[in-house]
Amino acid sequence: MIDPLFLAEAAINGLLLGGVLALLALGLNLIFGVIDIVWIAYVDLVMICMYAVYFSVQVYGYPIWLGGLASVALGALLGIGVHLLIISPILSSAPVNQLLATGGLLFFLQSFATFLWTTDHRSVRLSLPRLEIMDMPISVARLIAFVLAVLVMLGLYLFLTRTYIGTAIRAVSQDREAMSLMGANPQRVYLVTSAVGGAMAGVAAALLIIQYAVHPFFGAAFGPITFMICVLGGLGNMVGAFVASFVMSEVIAISGVIWSTEMGYVIAFVVFIVMIFARPGGILAKRS
Amino acid sequence: MLELTSVTAGYGAFTALWDVSLRVATSEAVAVVGPNGAGKTTLLRVISGLIAPRAGTLTFEGAPIGGRPAYEIVGHGIAHVPEGRRIFPALTVADNLKMGAFLPAARKRFAERLARVYALFPVLAERQKQRAGSLSGGEQQMLAVGRALMSGPKLILLDEPSMGLAPVMVLRLFDLIRRVREEGYTILVVEQNVRQVLKLVDRAYLLEVGRIKMEGRADALSEQDFVRKAYVGL
Repeated sequence: MIDPLFLAEAAINGLLLGGVLALLALGLNLIFGVIDIVWIAYVDLVMICMYAVYFSVQVYGYPIWLGGLASVALGALLGIGVHLLIISPILSSAPVNQLLATGGLLFFLQSFATFLWTTDHRSVRLSLPRLEIMDMPISVARLIAFVLAVLVMLGLYLFLTRTYIGTAIRAVSQDREAMSLMGANPQRVYLVTSAVGGAMAGVAAALLIIQYAVHPFFGAAFGPITFMICVLGGLGNMVGAFVASFVMSEVIAISGVIWSTEMGYVIAFVVFIVMIFARPGGILAKRS
Repeated sequence: MLELTSVTAGYGAFTALWDVSLRVATSEAVAVVGPNGAGKTTLLRVISGLIAPRAGTLTFEGAPIGGRPAYEIVGHGIAHVPEGRRIFPALTVADNLKMGAFLPAARKRFAERLARVYALFPVLAERQKQRAGSLSGGEQQMLAVGRALMSGPKLILLDEPSMGLAPVMVLRLFDLIRRVREEGYTILVVEQNVRQVLKLVDRAYLLEVGRIKMEGRADALSEQDFVRKAYVGL
């Protein structure tokens, strides 16, 4: 029998991890929902931004918040760059070409990072206080990451529901042509969406680097789980992705303490496969 | 106000409009009638910039608009209520109207126009917080018209406003369009419901397999002429 305290601790860790996963999934899902393209290399953009934080803080000695802001700015620029240089020229071509192009970007970014920065694992060392709640050690870095992730998601929600351009982003995802009749240039809406999606990657990078070391293959560790969450939540469904993030992070964390971390991922994939058969439209999809 | 001269347009290898010339004067209401597949929708899509003309010229208040993108043409003062309404189903009624006022010039006068739209269509005010997709067909059509009015257009293009509506609703809707007219908007309407639309407009054109076959004042052209021409081909 497993100590219930371990389970409780795992559940809390799962919750904290879920916040950052949700951030990743929402960024990817936003872009998919609006532009109808899956950025296979999304988490690799996160990886590049993590290096930006690492270099700002560990090498150049800037404070972490400045490194974080740099990461957000870089993410937005990368998002714009990816859209203008890779997506925009092939927007009207077959979906498989778009997948191949963003998949190609993934290998490019991995090789680029390996070439420039080698395969060394690099981490940002922050001196954070230790925190214990009812004999359970809680990682302060994770707690900060969770709180900031939730705040950023709240900000994204307000942006998408309260501003003209945010509402236009949602409108374009429902009917691109009708929105052009309202006077919105779809290309500009795509560009704003890509910049916001990229900035979300930058935020995620800053929140991940305080918990995990970065290396060129970081995308391979978090990419698959991010896609699984998006598919599980229903591609393009923001609320679904949010819920799915916490389902997946809890599955991983709790089966991690019952068996092992590796087994946690195996169980997560099993849950994913079962859910795909049971609810192909995503967990929140209405049954037809 | 709007002038089309020898406009030819289509999709890919298919030509839907041949050499169409048409004009709409300020504060006039004009109808284009004709059977299914005559090119009525294509005609409106060329005017609002959703497709580019292959040949011919389009001018609006003297400015050439042929081949300009849709998001630019709406800024000239042309609002298109497309076939099938095309409201944003997952947005609320209020957000749909907000999107109608997306242009910076329209945003400045948002509150004033919103009040006018709600006065014209009180049901939209009642349902402003509801998802647009949950409205009935007639309400959705009102929303589509209201959304078009939010941009402060000079000319409104209406594509089959009565499509898919119950007969009672069709009558109500034509009543509402008449009220929109009385507010001083210029209207170009495409309709299959010849009888109703001829009561609404000043002039009408008959479009058949992509060409203008007849035109004239609505009161001079009897419904029978149009119906016979359009559906029997005599």
